[in-house]
Amino acid sequence: MDKLIVSPSPHDENYTKTTNIMLNVIIALLPAWGAAIYFFGMRVIPLTAVCIGSCIFFEYVCRQMMKRDNTIGDLSAVVTGLILAMNLPSTLPYWMAVIGSFVAIVIVKQLFGGLGQNFANPAITARIVLMISFPAAMTRWVEPFTHTDLDAISSATPLPLAGTDNAASYLDLFLGKCGGCLGETCSAALLIGGLYLAARKIISLAAPLSFIGSLFVLSWISGSDPVYQILAGGVFLGAFFMATDYATTPITTKGKIVFGLGCGIITFIIRRFGSYPEGVSFSILLMNVLTPYIEQLTRTKVLGAKEAEKNEG
Amino acid sequence: MKKLNGIKLKHRKNTENSSTVDFPVPEKVTIPMSMTMGAPCQPLVKVGDTVAVGQKIGDTDAAFSAPVHSGVSGKVTAITDYRNVMGTVCKMIEIETDGLQTVSDEVKPPVVTDKESFVKAVRQSGACGLGGAGFPTHIKLNPKADIDTLIINAAECEPYITADYREMMENPQDIINGINLVKSKLGIKTAKLAIEANKPEAIKNFTAMAENDDTIDIITLPSAYPQGAEKVIIYNSTGRIVNEGSLPADAGVIVMNVSTVAFLYRYMQTGMPLVTRRLTIDGNAVGEPKNVRTVIGTSFRELLEFCKADIDSIKKLIAGGPMMGMSVPDIDMPVVKTSNALLAFNHYDERKTSSCIRCGRCVRVCPLGLMPADIDRAYKIRNVEELKKLKVMLCMNCGSCTYVCPANRKLAETNQLAKALIPRK
Ligand code: SF4
Ligand code: SF4
Repeated sequence: MDKLIVSPSPHDENYTKTTNIMLNVIIALLPAWGAAIYFFGMRVIPLTAVCIGSCIFFEYVCRQMMKRDNTIGDLSAVVTGLILAMNLPSTLPYWMAVIGSFVAIVIVKQLFGGLGQNFANPAITARIVLMISFPAAMTRWVEPFTHTDLDAISSATPLPLAGTDNAASYLDLFLGKCGGCLGETCSAALLIGGLYLAARKIISLAAPLSFIGSLFVLSWISGSDPVYQILAGGVFLGAFFMATDYATTPITTKGKIVFGLGCGIITFIIRRFGSYPEGVSFSILLMNVLTPYIEQLTRTKVLGAKEAEKNEG
Repeated sequence: MKKLNGIKLKHRKNTENSSTVDFPVPEKVTIPMSMTMGAPCQPLVKVGDTVAVGQKIGDTDAAFSAPVHSGVSGKVTAITDYRNVMGTVCKMIEIETDGLQTVSDEVKPPVVTDKESFVKAVRQSGACGLGGAGFPTHIKLNPKADIDTLIINAAECEPYITADYREMMENPQDIINGINLVKSKLGIKTAKLAIEANKPEAIKNFTAMAENDDTIDIITLPSAYPQGAEKVIIYNSTGRIVNEGSLPADAGVIVMNVSTVAFLYRYMQTGMPLVTRRLTIDGNAVGEPKNVRTVIGTSFRELLEFCKADIDSIKKLIAGGPMMGMSVPDIDMPVVKTSNALLAFNHYDERKTSSCIRCGRCVRVCPLGLMPADIDRAYKIRNVEELKKLKVMLCMNCGSCTYVCPANRKLAETNQLAKALIPRK
């Protein structure tokens, strides 16, 4: 017997670790990613590899330069890379994807202190930066199944077509047979992934439900087709995978509901009154910025706690 | 009624069916003068004195403390300085036993007429909470406020430990008698015996025993750690909330451990003070996990050998349960009044702490609704105002938050450190 180890309680631990959580997020994204390959072709694979590879690379270099311990093992950079890829059109030049990774990892994540410290969602911010910098490349969608030819016909996303004769059918929208970023079109696969994460208690459905629910209700009241509005565009990807991001959304259930409602309302406003047809990314980013304030207002109630202490002289 | 949050733990009650085994009187015992909360006692004997079983060997004038008795007959061979697992320094009396176990003539049933003499007798018994906290029982039984409910804590919510459970299976009548004793002496109307759902046998037995007695309710607590924590058991069995800065008595309740109440009954019959106790010995370094009754002052090493532990392989020794127990730095330390378990493990993974990913697990599990992740942040920058607002003082150190944290953050420990930053009034 060597010296006995002395440590503070508790001495027992459970085995859900950060890496394990990230791995589950990756698993949950796989159905939608598979659907992307099916609809948009093999180019999805190298594009995703570029995103993930460059995210890992930037994470590694950053941690080295900042003389912090290496965090590649926690897989969070892989998750960021994968979600970023899901937010890009399948035709995007690789070098642009690398810029996206740079924005996500270096600027949004590591400059703010790394995992858990960033205030904005890295993939969303990267998508918005790319959208503003390269609007043409970021909106070059391909028609599903025409991917053998890289100069494929560019196809509009279903959103601007809502209510026209060219509007996609609900089934096509649900299954993802329409133009869009590679990971956002197949609502069915995203739903499966989201439910998987909820079943494993990795995410709470509070934000996704209030997000999708409020968008549905607002669209309905305002006379647009509510089913079309929630199935088209990036709503499911945003609701299940980005409005549930731990670091950039509120911690309490009440806070998550407020966050989801905010996303739904802002998405609705942008789609209805803005010049962008799609509002999901902006709505999530805006709510990310508001998250610290939501947190302040939605703290849990502590059992038996007295209200603000009186100052006794 | 909404129950408080809790976590599912593996129960690992390997010893629940092991009847209590008596450990033979050891050749030597070492008895610390501080085994309960409160002031340490001063030795009443000198080196060379002969002592008998049940003789008082330590006491103090301080009200918040309980006297110490010898569980063996023999000769005092040394009085040394001792630092217990809590870090308290006190004297320790070493007694070499003579094997005769002569009973002291101090041992006779106390004469109890009213509440006052009852409380006095309780103090003389040396009783304290046997569940691990070690609160002197006579203080608890002498509250300033009016009490209408006596809660008997039979949750035993920590993994491994079955010491209280064995008391319930082996001496159920002592428990019922003890409950009636406390009720009648303190004029309390109802008692609630609260047992965690993972002990269906005990629940069944006591429900049958109390069937015709409407002053004793048997309550089934959900199986979610920490049911045995005082605030949690009060809320989950009566719906009452102990407010910040108040005592359970202010909410009209007293909470007593189930083994303590049985001990009190036996003390009133025999006058034998608290000199032995039952503890669960388990852990993966222990060959034959057991429930052992032994005299207070027996060394951990002897008990571990008795249970066929592989002493050389032990890396970590815990006095108490894996959630709230204390690391034992030295295998030769003695059993004290609060030792409800001794767990020996042959492995220990050094846990690497990484940054908080804000997953919210710690917030979801805290029974009191605290926000450990935010406390952790505020502590890092020593933001005392924020710590006060986050009510860190209310944390009961149950360890649930640390247990679930995927980043291995030592949240419960941080809370204790944070408490120290807040000036006391
Ligand atoms: S459980 Fe750990 S990682 Fe999750 S929020 Fe709490 S401190 Fe952060
Ligand atoms: S240790 Fe404190 S903060 Fe953590 S769960 Fe228990 S009571 Fe809550």
